[in-house]
Amino acid sequence: MLAKRIIPCLDVKDGQVVKGVQFRNHEIVGDIVPLAKRYASEGADELVFYDITASSDDRVVDKSWVSRVAEVIDIPFCVAGGIKTEEDARRILEFGADKVSINSPALADPSLINRLSEKFGVQCIVIGIDSYFDEQTGQHQVKQFTGCEDATRTTNWNTFDWIKEVQSRGAGEIVLNVMNQDGVRCGYDIEQLSQARAVCNVPLIASGGAGEMEHFADVFNTADVDGALAASVFHKQIINIGELKAYLKTQQVEIRL
Amino acid sequence: MIVIIDTGCANLSSVKFAIERLGYNVTVSKDPVVLQQADKLFLPGVGTAKEAMANLIERDLVQQIKNLTQPVLGICLGMQMLAQASEEGFGEHPLIETLGIVEGNIEKMEVAPLRSPHMGWNQVTPKLDDPLFKDIPAGSYFYFVHSYALPVNDNTIASCDYGSPFTAAVNKDNFYGVQFHPERSGKAGAQLIKNFLEL
Repeated sequence: MLAKRIIPCLDVKDGQVVKGVQFRNHEIVGDIVPLAKRYASEGADELVFYDITASSDDRVVDKSWVSRVAEVIDIPFCVAGGIKTEEDARRILEFGADKVSINSPALADPSLINRLSEKFGVQCIVIGIDSYFDEQTGQHQVKQFTGCEDATRTTNWNTFDWIKEVQSRGAGEIVLNVMNQDGVRCGYDIEQLSQARAVCNVPLIASGGAGEMEHFADVFNTADVDGALAASVFHKQIINIGELKAYLKTQQVEIRL
Repeated sequence: MIVIIDTGCANLSSVKFAIERLGYNVTVSKDPVVLQQADKLFLPGVGTAKEAMANLIERDLVQQIKNLTQPVLGICLGMQMLAQASEEGFGEHPLIETLGIVEGNIEKMEVAPLRSPHMGWNQVTPKLDDPLFKDIPAGSYFYFVHSYALPVNDNTIASCDYGSPFTAAVNKDNFYGVQFHPERSGKAGAQLIKNFLEL
């Protein structure tokens, strides 16, 4: 059977791994390559690298670290951040990344998703969605440019409508970051992810809120996502990936040990 | 000499790095002389069948690959290229003619209610004592990313199940192919590449 995936996410800023709380106040966690290596050896199924500054401050970002990761890592990895054109995507894939993830540029120009998937195949085109639940209006809103607090804006897209839209344009996988939960470690937003699952026929990755091993079991067993992404619990060594996977196996989650 | 056939596809470097991690030197080339002199060759591929075949034709590689007599390992779309034809075409040409080396046509996977593409780690069932799977523990997981596949046939040497069974690894004469990505399949994948290099 296809295994559920455990995916550590490394937010990258200026060539270092950083982590903030609810997308703010980024502190340096460590160098990219040793951290990537550590996660792979602990049993991570895949890695995601988010270059969180790239889209919001509109500069050319040095991506040579992608090649350094590809040299040492024998599991798949995805790179996000600043990919605005087919040429940007080609460069990242040629450096050795397996997938590219597009977020803000896809909102600015949805046809980018069509062009990328036709060029490189749907299997390597991931769409990242930053979703914010507004309690006052009861709406799930898609946010853009979340890498920088001042630049962050609310789009006109409802989260579930955007999920449908990106699939129709050729998204091969969707990572749903629930911003309300990000970095606070009180559990994935099971309700929102279940609603997303109902409209998502491509692999769906949960992001935002992991704090305890039970949260992973919940999101797999209740929201039926294909993978669970987390950052701070792994960086801060609150949860060991090997122990997490052994635990999930006891919770009847299909997992690669 | 180990050669990765330069098909112009995007994942050449990850295959190259995986071979180098095993301590081998590797050359990336589309030069007919280099291809002929190689002891082992890799045929990588990502993207779409249409684009990959167009690349092979443009680089004058179709007949060269067919004429190879040394062991060749096709990876992912590179494996699919070994088949007779692929359904992964568009518009007026829904069926793309591929290299025609192994039996069968590449078909769109019918997986509903499961998700497509088939993406992630899945277990494969190899034939007993197949040399490509030597020293790989039963039940090992390999990393897959694809939405088209080769149905199981006489050339299948390992199968996988996602919605229905399909060919995970294939062999005919000196041509081998794997649907998964051994370069991204951890220890099991590294062992498979090593097995191929030691054939």
